Amino acid sequence: MIYEEVEVGSRARRTLTATTRVLLALKLDGPLLVGLALLAVYGLVILYSASGQNMDKVLDGAMRVALGGIAMCTLAQVKPSFLRSISPWLFVIGCILLVVVDVVGYIGKGAQRWLDLGIVRFQPSEIMKLAVPMTCAWWLQDRAIPIDTRSLIVLTFAILIPAGLTIAQPDLGTGGLILIGGLMVLVMAGLSARIMAALALLGVVAAYFGWSFLHDYQRQRVLTLLDPESDPLGAGYHIIQSQIAIGSGGIFGKGWLNGSQGQLDFLPERSTDFIYAVIGEEFGMVGIVLMLLLYLFVVARALYLAIEMQDTFGRLLGGSIALTFFVYVFINAGMVSGLLPVVGVPLPLISYGGTSMVTLLAGFGILMSLYSHRKLIGS
Amino acid sequence: MSAVRIKDRWGEQRLFEQRSLIAAFVIFALTSVLVGRLVVLQVVRHDYYTELSAGNRVRLEPLPAPRGLILDRHGKVLADNQPAFQLELVREQVPDVDATLKRLVEIGLLPADDLDDVKKLIRSRRKFDGVPIRLRMTDEEIARFAVHRFEFPGVDIATRLARSYPHREIAVHALGYVAAISESDLKRIDTGAYAGTTLIGKLGVEAAYEKELHGTNGSREILVNAAGRSVERAGAFVPDLRRVAPVAGADIITSIDLATQRIAEEALFERRGSIVAIDPATGDVIALVSRPGFDPNAFGRGLTRAEFAALNENIDRPLLNRALKGAYPPGSTIKPMVALAGLAYGVTTPEHSRACGGYFTLPGSRHRFRDWKPRGHGRVDMLTAIAQSCDVYFYDLSAQIGVDRLAEFLAHFGLGALTGIDISGEKRGLLPTPAWKRQAFSRPADQVWFPGETVIFGIGQGYLLATPLQMAHAAAIIASRGKSYQPRLVTALRDPVTNETRKLEPKLIEQVEIAQPDAWDVAIGGMVKVMNGGTASRSQAGAKYQIAGKTGTAQVFSVAQNAKYDESKIDERLRDHAWFIAFAPADAPKIAVAIMVENGRSGSGTAAPIARRVIDTYLLGAPTTELPPPKPIAGAPAPPPTATE
Repeated sequence: MIYEEVEVGSRARRTLTATTRVLLALKLDGPLLVGLALLAVYGLVILYSASGQNMDKVLDGAMRVALGGIAMCTLAQVKPSFLRSISPWLFVIGCILLVVVDVVGYIGKGAQRWLDLGIVRFQPSEIMKLAVPMTCAWWLQDRAIPIDTRSLIVLTFAILIPAGLTIAQPDLGTGGLILIGGLMVLVMAGLSARIMAALALLGVVAAYFGWSFLHDYQRQRVLTLLDPESDPLGAGYHIIQSQIAIGSGGIFGKGWLNGSQGQLDFLPERSTDFIYAVIGEEFGMVGIVLMLLLYLFVVARALYLAIEMQDTFGRLLGGSIALTFFVYVFINAGMVSGLLPVVGVPLPLISYGGTSMVTLLAGFGILMSLYSHRKLIGS
Repeated sequence: MSAVRIKDRWGEQRLFEQRSLIAAFVIFALTSVLVGRLVVLQVVRHDYYTELSAGNRVRLEPLPAPRGLILDRHGKVLADNQPAFQLELVREQVPDVDATLKRLVEIGLLPADDLDDVKKLIRSRRKFDGVPIRLRMTDEEIARFAVHRFEFPGVDIATRLARSYPHREIAVHALGYVAAISESDLKRIDTGAYAGTTLIGKLGVEAAYEKELHGTNGSREILVNAAGRSVERAGAFVPDLRRVAPVAGADIITSIDLATQRIAEEALFERRGSIVAIDPATGDVIALVSRPGFDPNAFGRGLTRAEFAALNENIDRPLLNRALKGAYPPGSTIKPMVALAGLAYGVTTPEHSRACGGYFTLPGSRHRFRDWKPRGHGRVDMLTAIAQSCDVYFYDLSAQIGVDRLAEFLAHFGLGALTGIDISGEKRGLLPTPAWKRQAFSRPADQVWFPGETVIFGIGQGYLLATPLQMAHAAAIIASRGKSYQPRLVTALRDPVTNETRKLEPKLIEQVEIAQPDAWDVAIGGMVKVMNGGTASRSQAGAKYQIAGKTGTAQVFSVAQNAKYDESKIDERLRDHAWFIAFAPADAPKIAVAIMVENGRSGSGTAAPIARRVIDTYLLGAPTTELPPPKPIAGAPAPPPTATE
């Protein structure tokens, strides 16, 4: 009996050690991996309902998760020094591609976000979501922290140029996210509170003048947020229907596959940008809070990993990836529940489609690489 | 700038940790905002959004009630609802609507003229609704479509209940028809009660009894998606869907006798005119004919612009209900009533006789009022005067009665007033008096009533106008010896489910009283004599029952003094109208008729034989005589080409 117990206990300890050893060998972070996997599975479960029980779409979503997972695992193997050294080149190539996309779009007289390379179509702006914070962190690696004025000016341009090119496509959502990704690096690099206040003021002024440069549909989205009932069948329709979906879900929801707003097509874009409302309708407040807790766990773990980093590049990039991830969640949840204007920002890891799944997981792959290789770069 | 500053690693670490802590607080605060918003939406305003969500997905769909049938007096169907095959197009399923319609025109399933209207119709409907683009398809057309079906995605054959008039033109002016609800209809109906109804009664019984025929529409709740399309789904979000069954409209039993109506219609085939037959004991209309007619089925399926223009602009005016709206001078048919007036006012006696020399002159005047028989009828009493239709006798009698008394008396026979028949559109005709003339004309010279106008009043000429319905009504009053029943087409309403029949009571308007005891015998006797040795004796020949009748030939065209009326020299449309009023059997009348043939030339030659066939059919079940061929007109010029086409 005693022998048996010892046998079981020792085997269990050995198994645990084996898992840790595998994760260490793969340069992956266990808790972060579990958090991300739970979110992806939650996303696939809700996608089955949101897509009208379309198994093809769920399989396609799973394919994207797998693709992102591969990208994450691959990037986790790459040495941080290599990542750091390619950052400026990635940035330059990305900017050139953005210009190409803008020119093609201008000639084609329409919105253009894709670059068609024959076999693969990809969005250069998606690369810039990672390339901009990487470049900012690269610049600050050997420079003074807290950030000095010269670095601030250089990095302001490094952020505004790609963000501006993306907004010109026009893609306000992604442009904004690029801006935020870069800004988060600056914040973590000790941007002074006075400059942040000045930036906020500048933002208000820019918004005032930028208003005239916005496209009609972009302006409409902002106006609609202020008063959705003014145009219930037009631009206000999205917001009204998503609020009805969330509100009618109540605390426990209507049940999986039973949300009438989603199942009967009242909710637009319900498997992509508005999937948050499907969760709210079918799983209620309980379902959303559960999801938010998962997100918070991922953000907290990512932030913890960033704190544990030992070089400036790793810390700043890691902090930016963690905080930007939360900003994605907040913008999407805020827009679907009627707190923010409708901008095309998907709910990370849960919304269907696009290339954002790959970019997001690639970002976490970089984070894991930075963390798992830290002792090699350390003192 | 060139010198690499020694980095303060510990300071940097502290700064980063401090910033991370602040970020964590901000993240916590923003997440609280999101949760707070959830509380507002999902707890505070949960009931409000639940209601909106339910309202989103349930729609009320009307269930139209089946329209009541219209039956003849023996229960034969005059109007019913038939499944009709129609071609329906669902816009969102058609790749190219214009090309599809063009192709349908090519294979002959859609008239090219309708193309614009059909396109307008398609655009006016929701893209997922079936739009009927061709109604009432024949079997051959259905087969032709079936062969080409693969060419037409989104176009299919659908079955709907459509109003059908199996006897087509027969009795159309009595029954009316149904057609699409127009904007003016919408103003007078309860639009809520008509949700789901597409057709509404126009004219005739269909319009007059619209409320009874229509029934009460029901409704059902259906589950719809965001596009408003009905969906069949099971799930917790499907609420209990309510259904209110429609109540079918009542069946209408009319007094029309289909066999009599049909014979009457056929008798006026290719003529213009009208026939009204009434049961003198009740006022029930046995037949009501106005020719030419039209096919009411065409209105239910929607007339094309060209078809409606053809009907509306036709010189023969098929849309005009001559029985109710056609006001004509009644001619000699009013003579029995003038005779009755003479007796009622004690102006003359049945035995009183006078000589007829072919014309009449008023004292102190040289104007000759001519008799239709140039050499005169010799000495005539009242019976002979009616039988021979002696104009001179009635010129004289009318002058003795006086215009006011004559008009007052004729009013009891319904002249100059609406008969009150239970369908709308009736005209009053005109019963002229000196008072009427004073206010009807503006020039003082025209306002004077001339004694000569009283003279011709006695033979139904001058200003006097009557509709065929009024004359049939008057004939029925004579037949029933003064009983004036309000004419009616509908005698009973039947519940289609329980078959419970509610009879409507006939309405006696008045009993015309005449002090002279044998007045009715004399008038009816005169009308019997018309059929026996009188003007219409040929139409009595061989009949097993006795007809009492009176011919009339009304001038359309005034012949100048001293000129001779020469038929062959005047336009076909200016020839005399032929009239005949009659009832039978004379001693116990069951049917009274008025026949009016526009430009029929002769009451005795044209109208009376028609009356015989109509009465035969009603009393014996089938006509026993043939209609005589139209009398050729000596030396008639070829009719102008526009006359009939």
